[in-house]
Amino acid sequence: MNETPAIRTENLSVTYTGNEDVEAVKGVDITFPENQLTAIIGPSGCGKSTLLKSLNRLHEIQPNVEIEGDVLLGDASIYDTDDPAPEIRRRIGYVPQTPTPLPLSIYENVAYGVRLHGEYESSEELDGIVETYLKKVNLWDEVHDRLDTPAASLSTGQIQRLCLARSLAVEPEVLLCDEVTSALDPISAERVEETLVDLKDEYTFIMVTHSMNQARRLADDVVFLYLGEVVERGDVRSFFEDPTHERTKQFIGGHGAGADTGDGDDDPDDGAEKSPYGSADQRSSTPAK
Amino acid sequence: MDRYAKQRAFGVLARAAAGLVVFVMAVVIGVTIFRGGRVLLADPSIVISPPGSRYALEGTGGFFHAVLGSALIVGPATVVSMVLALSTATYLQSDYSSERFSDAVNMFLNVLWATPPIVYGVFVLTIVIAVGARTSLFFGIIAISVFQYPIMTRYIDEALRSAPDTVRESTYGLGATRFETAKMTARAALPGIVAGIIMGFARGIGDAATVLFTAGRSTNMPNGLFEPATTLPVLIFDNSMSFNEEVRAHAYAASFVLIVVVLGLIVVSRLLAGRFAQYVPGGRHA
Amino acid sequence: MVESTDTSGLRRRLRIERLSELWLRLAGYFAIALFVLIVFTLVHRSLPLLSEYSVVQMLTSTDWDPSQNSFGFLPAIVGTVYVAVLSMLMGTPIALLTAIYIAEYAEGRTKTLVSSFIDVLAAIPSVIFGLVALVVVVPLVGNYLAPAVGSSATGLGILTVSLVMAIVVTPFMISLSVESLEALPDELRETSLGVGATKWETIRSVLLRAAGPGIFSAVLLGFGRVFGATIVPAMLIGGQTQIPDSLFATGQTLPTLIVSDFGELMSIPITQSALIFVGLMLVVVVWLFNFGAMVLQRRLRRRWQY
Repeated sequence: MNETPAIRTENLSVTYTGNEDVEAVKGVDITFPENQLTAIIGPSGCGKSTLLKSLNRLHEIQPNVEIEGDVLLGDASIYDTDDPAPEIRRRIGYVPQTPTPLPLSIYENVAYGVRLHGEYESSEELDGIVETYLKKVNLWDEVHDRLDTPAASLSTGQIQRLCLARSLAVEPEVLLCDEVTSALDPISAERVEETLVDLKDEYTFIMVTHSMNQARRLADDVVFLYLGEVVERGDVRSFFEDPTHERTKQFIGGHGAGADTGDGDDDPDDGAEKSPYGSADQRSSTPAK
Repeated sequence: MDRYAKQRAFGVLARAAAGLVVFVMAVVIGVTIFRGGRVLLADPSIVISPPGSRYALEGTGGFFHAVLGSALIVGPATVVSMVLALSTATYLQSDYSSERFSDAVNMFLNVLWATPPIVYGVFVLTIVIAVGARTSLFFGIIAISVFQYPIMTRYIDEALRSAPDTVRESTYGLGATRFETAKMTARAALPGIVAGIIMGFARGIGDAATVLFTAGRSTNMPNGLFEPATTLPVLIFDNSMSFNEEVRAHAYAASFVLIVVVLGLIVVSRLLAGRFAQYVPGGRHA
Repeated sequence: MVESTDTSGLRRRLRIERLSELWLRLAGYFAIALFVLIVFTLVHRSLPLLSEYSVVQMLTSTDWDPSQNSFGFLPAIVGTVYVAVLSMLMGTPIALLTAIYIAEYAEGRTKTLVSSFIDVLAAIPSVIFGLVALVVVVPLVGNYLAPAVGSSATGLGILTVSLVMAIVVTPFMISLSVESLEALPDELRETSLGVGATKWETIRSVLLRAAGPGIFSAVLLGFGRVFGATIVPAMLIGGQTQIPDSLFATGQTLPTLIVSDFGELMSIPITQSALIFVGLMLVVVVWLFNFGAMVLQRRLRRRWQY
């Protein structure tokens, strides 16, 4: 196992201010190794997504969030830096839970980030990039003949793979995946998982999931977050087979270490959420997962 | 009367009211189309003919000056207010301004939205007087822009708010700046935005009170930015009360044109919203 | 892994970001600035009039003759209020009933058709209503209605204007009320019907309470619309600056005052000031109504919470 951390936190705290202060992440120190897939698990509302979003300064787009502590990419802080946030987020990408196509064609979706950051010299090169990444997510065969059609016309599962391709096309150092299969049916979820497994040696993935089985299937390392604090952390085998803490044992024990419901969701109520076309006031400071 | 009889009676009443409203509205549209159509059938050229020398008294020539005036005033005004409205609405989104600020601005926008159009006319008129200018095309444009601004901002703001939040997250997640993300959000909300602009345009075209004191009510072809002009609604207003039958006939014809344009704009707005919807998440089914 | 992008591209994007933020911030303040500017201009330009004549005197005097520097606004005020109250009395019940019909009774295609129709109508220019009224309503009132009551009116007057304004403002109130009603969750209806209430009882006791704030504000906004209406009254009210003594009498409203009497007299500063003062009065009243509606809506929402 590669020990070099690609990204790590230092006493990171995230507080949602507003009518009352809610501390969602409490003084967390984690290291995420390079070219591994680290899963963050924990019960709902325990700060998993909050932690994830703080890894690329995504909280800054909302008011009422306070961040203390630090996150370091390699050796450099991402908060206390001259680098502008867009640059940070190019290097640390984020894929949300709800499969969201940008209102563009399939081609343009993948090309969007690349165009933004100017990482190509010619349109042929761009074509090549689009093709490469669509192939990486196993989508090329399905869409190569209709690249100019609106991305919104794809199925949900395809859209999520498209989102992965889109995020990977900017060649981030780290990719943050926020419950990326929760909104998918089992078959689509499986395809996405296959893609992640194929790619996990090339990129550093940090993935929030509420499914034990998924963590077992995909992760190299697991972090257990409970009420905003890290309870346990370790490589996937020792984590599940021989957990250290009592709470971890309870959590794993109660979540179908034996019963296998097929794929993905152990707890259908947990996390799997609304479509993007829900109400706009989800935007405000909800201390989510 | 027992409960069920009341229930039935109320049902009848509700239906009757709706029927009445629909009937009255049909009459309004019908009379306009019929009367106006009759005049236009007799002489369709008046729409595109300039007014003659004794237009106000006898209705010689046509009312093309009003058609042109409407186009030349409402067109540029819509562009101006569209830019302003889009900018304001974007700024009111949560990535740019706090909730308190946007609540405050929304309050002002509501008040502006409810302001009687004539007040905008008076307001611009005081500016005209203050700078010692004449009422003209230019001030008509300003007045209509100011009038359209709160209407469009409201529509566009609604459209932007209803864009899925995950579009914003995804775009930021790719390393976009705030402005780039705002552009993408606007794109996702495009159907609503376009519909709002078209509705603003339709309101602007139909307004007379704002333009009445600011553009000049001329009976000649508009021949300069700082020359007086008139618009279709003002023409209808002026002509409808004339004693001369020919002049009044022009009012009917102009009403026909106006109603066709306004109804057409609304249809176009709905159609466009449908076509763009395919690009929006949730798209075709919307 | 790619290290960094071309920095000049990044710098350009950041520059655009800074400039755009500046522009957007200005635009954000524009609405407030516009409001302030309008208030300031109207007040400032009314001062010449207000400094020379007493406000109370002008508001209560019936003598309107700008050429003689006599500015009695009372007839116009009375006319405005008369028309507004009358049109709302006629329009509100019909609008409410129709809104209830659309939201609670109509189904499927009928519903879409009727409500689209209404939405479209809310956008029809008021000039057109005025013109049709000249052709249809004026003869009706003048030749049939008035003689039936023994009056010898021409058909132009308070009643005509009120009738037409009721028609103009109804689609608007319907749209807003339908929105309020449709925003109510189905559970409300299900609960009420589930205890055996009839549809009418449900509507009366539950839905109207719950949608009350929205409907009430729709009505207030409608009132504001009628109050500030210019074109329809200008075409139909008859333009006599007198206090109307009957429904069929002609009269004046504040907006029509501006339209009819000021054309030629605009070059005289004191008259200009009077005109602007009328605008100020209008705007103050309508804005007060709006603020009132907002405040009341908030309060009622709390009282009638569901």
